[in-house]
Amino acid sequence: MSFVMSHILSIIIFLPLAGALAILATRGSEVTLASTARWVAMIVTLADFVLSLVLWANFDGSTAAFQFVERAAWIGRGIDYHMGVDGISMLFVVLTGGLMPICILASWKSIQTRVAEYMIAFLLLESLMMGVFAALDLFLFYVFFEGGLIPMFLIIGVWGGKRRVYASFKFFLFTLLGSLLMLLAVLAMYLYAGTADIETLINTAHFPVAMQNLLWLGFFASFAVKMPMWPVHTWLPDAHVEAPTAGSVILAAILLKMGGYGFLRFSLPMFASASVTFAPLIFVLSIVAIIYTSLVALAQDDVKKLIAYSSVAHMGFVTMGLFTLTQVGIDGGIFQMLSHGVVSGALFLSVGVIYDRMHTREISAYGGLVNRMPVYGACFMVFALANVGLPGTGGFVGEFLTMLGAFFVNTWVAIFAATGAILSACYMLYLYWRVIFGELVKPALRTIKDLSFRETAILAPLVVVTILMGVYPKPVFDVTSASVAHLIAQHREAVAFDRRVPHTRLARQGGVR
Amino acid sequence: MYTAIVFLPIAASAIAGLLGRFIGARLCELVTTVALFVSAAFSIFAFYDVAILGNSHVVPLWQWIASGDFEVNWTIRVDTLTAVMLVVVTGVSSLVHLYSIGYMRDDPGRPRFFSFLSFFTFAMLMLVTANNFLQVFFGWEGVGLASYLLIGFWYKKPSANEAALKAFVVNRVGDFGFMLGILAIFLVFKTLDFDAVFAAAPAMAGKTFLFAGYNVDILTTICLLLFMGAMGKSAQLGLHTWLPDAMEGPTPVSALIHAATMVTAGVFLVCRASPLYEHAPVALGFVTFIGASTAFMAASIGLFQNDIKRVIAYSTCSQLGYMFAAAGVSAYGAAMFHLFTHAFFKALLFLAAGSVITAMHHEQDMRKMGGLAKALPFTWAMMLIGNLALTGFGIPLLGIGTAGFYSKDGIINAAYLAGTPIATYAFVLTVAAALMTSFYSWRQFLMTFHGKYRGDEGHHGHGHGVKLEDVHESPLTMLVPLAVLALGALIAGAIFAHLYIGADSGGFWRGAVAAAYGHAGVRELPLWVELAPFVVTLIGFAIAFYYYILNPELPAQMAARKGMLYTFVYNKWYFDELYAFLFVRPAMRLGRFLWKFGDGVTIDGLGPDGVAARVMDAARGAIRLQSGYVYHYAFAMLIGVVALASYFVIVGVAP
Repeated sequence: MSFVMSHILSIIIFLPLAGALAILATRGSEVTLASTARWVAMIVTLADFVLSLVLWANFDGSTAAFQFVERAAWIGRGIDYHMGVDGISMLFVVLTGGLMPICILASWKSIQTRVAEYMIAFLLLESLMMGVFAALDLFLFYVFFEGGLIPMFLIIGVWGGKRRVYASFKFFLFTLLGSLLMLLAVLAMYLYAGTADIETLINTAHFPVAMQNLLWLGFFASFAVKMPMWPVHTWLPDAHVEAPTAGSVILAAILLKMGGYGFLRFSLPMFASASVTFAPLIFVLSIVAIIYTSLVALAQDDVKKLIAYSSVAHMGFVTMGLFTLTQVGIDGGIFQMLSHGVVSGALFLSVGVIYDRMHTREISAYGGLVNRMPVYGACFMVFALANVGLPGTGGFVGEFLTMLGAFFVNTWVAIFAATGAILSACYMLYLYWRVIFGELVKPALRTIKDLSFRETAILAPLVVVTILMGVYPKPVFDVTSASVAHLIAQHREAVAFDRRVPHTRLARQGGVR
Repeated sequence: MYTAIVFLPIAASAIAGLLGRFIGARLCELVTTVALFVSAAFSIFAFYDVAILGNSHVVPLWQWIASGDFEVNWTIRVDTLTAVMLVVVTGVSSLVHLYSIGYMRDDPGRPRFFSFLSFFTFAMLMLVTANNFLQVFFGWEGVGLASYLLIGFWYKKPSANEAALKAFVVNRVGDFGFMLGILAIFLVFKTLDFDAVFAAAPAMAGKTFLFAGYNVDILTTICLLLFMGAMGKSAQLGLHTWLPDAMEGPTPVSALIHAATMVTAGVFLVCRASPLYEHAPVALGFVTFIGASTAFMAASIGLFQNDIKRVIAYSTCSQLGYMFAAAGVSAYGAAMFHLFTHAFFKALLFLAAGSVITAMHHEQDMRKMGGLAKALPFTWAMMLIGNLALTGFGIPLLGIGTAGFYSKDGIINAAYLAGTPIATYAFVLTVAAALMTSFYSWRQFLMTFHGKYRGDEGHHGHGHGVKLEDVHESPLTMLVPLAVLALGALIAGAIFAHLYIGADSGGFWRGAVAAAYGHAGVRELPLWVELAPFVVTLIGFAIAFYYYILNPELPAQMAARKGMLYTFVYNKWYFDELYAFLFVRPAMRLGRFLWKFGDGVTIDGLGPDGVAARVMDAARGAIRLQSGYVYHYAFAMLIGVVALASYFVIVGVAP
């Protein structure tokens, strides 16, 4: 047991990889192979989820220090295998762990071709995503961060819809461009500070202000695409539309959060002054995202596209909250990422349910579903309302706190953001009306069936979590608050330091404070 | 016990909603109705305990949101203001539950209906028992959701869906202001708890802060923002358009949500925040202005509506205007008193109308009614009592009358006594509205119950109508609630007037509202002011009698002439058309434009599509050379190459 606890992060990261290898090693007919792959993936992801819950149970929320730390020599020269989580990253590990088995279950029937490869891709993806949130070494982070692209790219490109090739190219081009700029920034940081250790970089490294600005922009290029922020968001609707259901879920719920996590882990603490400098830019882009993409969502006739655009708008609240550099704003931003992870994932799963039956995403192909699918209608309603930000659902808490943070910084920002609450009600309930309500007249829908047991098992836990996050979000804040408070204090100190020594051109090793 | 008042309804709602398909509709009705009656009994005790005996309670539940300095908790607060609302909400709700058993008896969606109804009650109770602004907002949005779900209850009707969406969105526009108000309160006071905010309010009077780039008075801004929320929820001028359409919902819903309780939440909010409003005279003036204007506007639209429910809906809108007019002249006690009595007689009117509609086999057009008094004697009597109370019938000099007599005259008098220009404006408009109220009430009454029966005339040459012999009185579950409400509509005013606005109001409210009946004015109440509402009510009745009994052919001729004023009023002052032109259609068009031109042409055109097009060309070439799916892996390899190259670069240059 003590071995498990002292290596729990590594186990969480590499367990799915081991599962993938196990599937790879399996031989047999197509049918048995598919069935084995499904079960292996299911068991492994469930085990990983349990481990992530163990992680949460043993997490000490009163300290901002990294916990469950593991360190081993890797490449040397300041580049090590270094893992650990703090209050900012821990819950993303749990979120990933929780959604993964749901994704496997959601793919149980809908994926019938190359099942083994599909499961391998997902397990690999899980390892890489877990790695992103646990890595405490710049290069390790970069490998996980970019590595995640490969399985995702394959999932869209191989198991996607009709225009999957276009979508995966677009996805690839956007993210690659961002990644390369970030890679340059990573190299520059390493060369300047002489270490790739994230903990050291956060706590002691100090980059000159001019350099900070460049580094900030380099990371921004990558994170903004991942978030995605306006105007580099256009890959997202296409990627979502073409991705298989589980791919959309992971994309919306986890991959989009990597950008926000990156801002928290790198941009805010390491480039403190630059973050202050560029905060107005972030606010403007966030507000544009909230209003612009909400209006665009209103005009959609494709269910998945509509939800994809609404994701962009919701991520606008996150970026806005993070760059207020207030406790409420950052707490709210993290909470918004987590709740959006649950809610957007649930929405895509809901769409998957009817897509599996009708094989179309056109809104106009549906209507009156509640007549034959009341349970489905009820679940979808809960998720739609959470997306609207109704108090009592997880969607409200994050939106409210980020707006509160924004209000402290600049009332205009909060005012514009608040219009998002009106627009989200418009597009979400308009969608709900067109799909769920009304008379069931379309002949193709006459025999449509309500949720199966498997589908209920997928959606019911998400309904519970969505409501629980809305009425009792305390467990989340118990985890995040100490780390966020520490982050803000550190940020303030770093900005003060930059003011005191504005023009010091520090030597490479002297770059360490 | 106080916890039980709030949580019994949600427990019942959960049972009906989750288990309804297993336990059957009858059990759902039973569970929810019994839960509500228990809750109502507790509430009456709470009223006695808190408002009469003078105890107050704050029951903390659990922490809701805590982040840094920001902390709000789930709490149940019961003071006099809450106790009044508890009685209104649970009282009307329990009666409406009972009534619905009869009204909805043939509807297959009963478990869902009762679940929603109980959920609504829960949300409303959370709203009124809140101890901080954020919990009010929770209840506020919760009742909005219930309203949305119940307006759209008959989800097959496109009109019901449209009305539901409209109600939610228009309310959200108001909530936009409410939300900003809450943010501003926290910014200024560093807390959202009522007691702390109200205690600190006097110190903030007259101070300014930077809001939206301007230096503005703190409390005025906060109060105006909060009032924006109240305007949405209480359907005041500009944000009122959703309420008449909300009549698409089943009639018990109209009675409970869109007359007695939810729509009064705005009035409750202003009264709750009265310690803030007291230091924001500009905001108070605005409240009075909007309230009086709404009272007038809605009453005028009510004059010529032909749908029996829409008449009552506009009447509700108008009466809410009265309440705001009172709150705006610091007569919060009078506002709450009218809220209290209005709940009785307006719920009564709606439920009586529901009884008529049931009897008429779901016909709502009054032009197809008439002469129903003989067929529906009980409903006739109930409607009569409701109308007497609504028009505020009473004998002025003796001071005896129906509930509305005390509360409505109380408001008109308070407006006169306040004496400011804006209050005088309110006085004139509310008296004028009283005249119109009397006219449309009696017009509706006479068109429905008196004159010649018109239900069997085929309208426009088709349709079969209902034969008068087929019109029967409703079942007992529907009539009992009517009788209880009628009792309240008759005597609630006489019993409670001295507590709410009279000599005993100080001991009754105990600071729960900032002032019960305005501020000691220097003006005496002259006789003509006291008589004015009575006189205009008689005039209104006389006009209605002249047009609809003595000369029943006149109104049709008037409608046919289509005078400008008539057309303007009949078309509800063209608010819907204006909003469709200004907001609804442009938003859709803008959305489409941003999508096609912004995303499609500009961003993608300059960005990925240009690049992607070239890559695609290359890839197509590759596909022709390679067979099958190889190109997928090409990209994976490319990333691998990049990763490998980076690795060597790093290792190569690292110290």
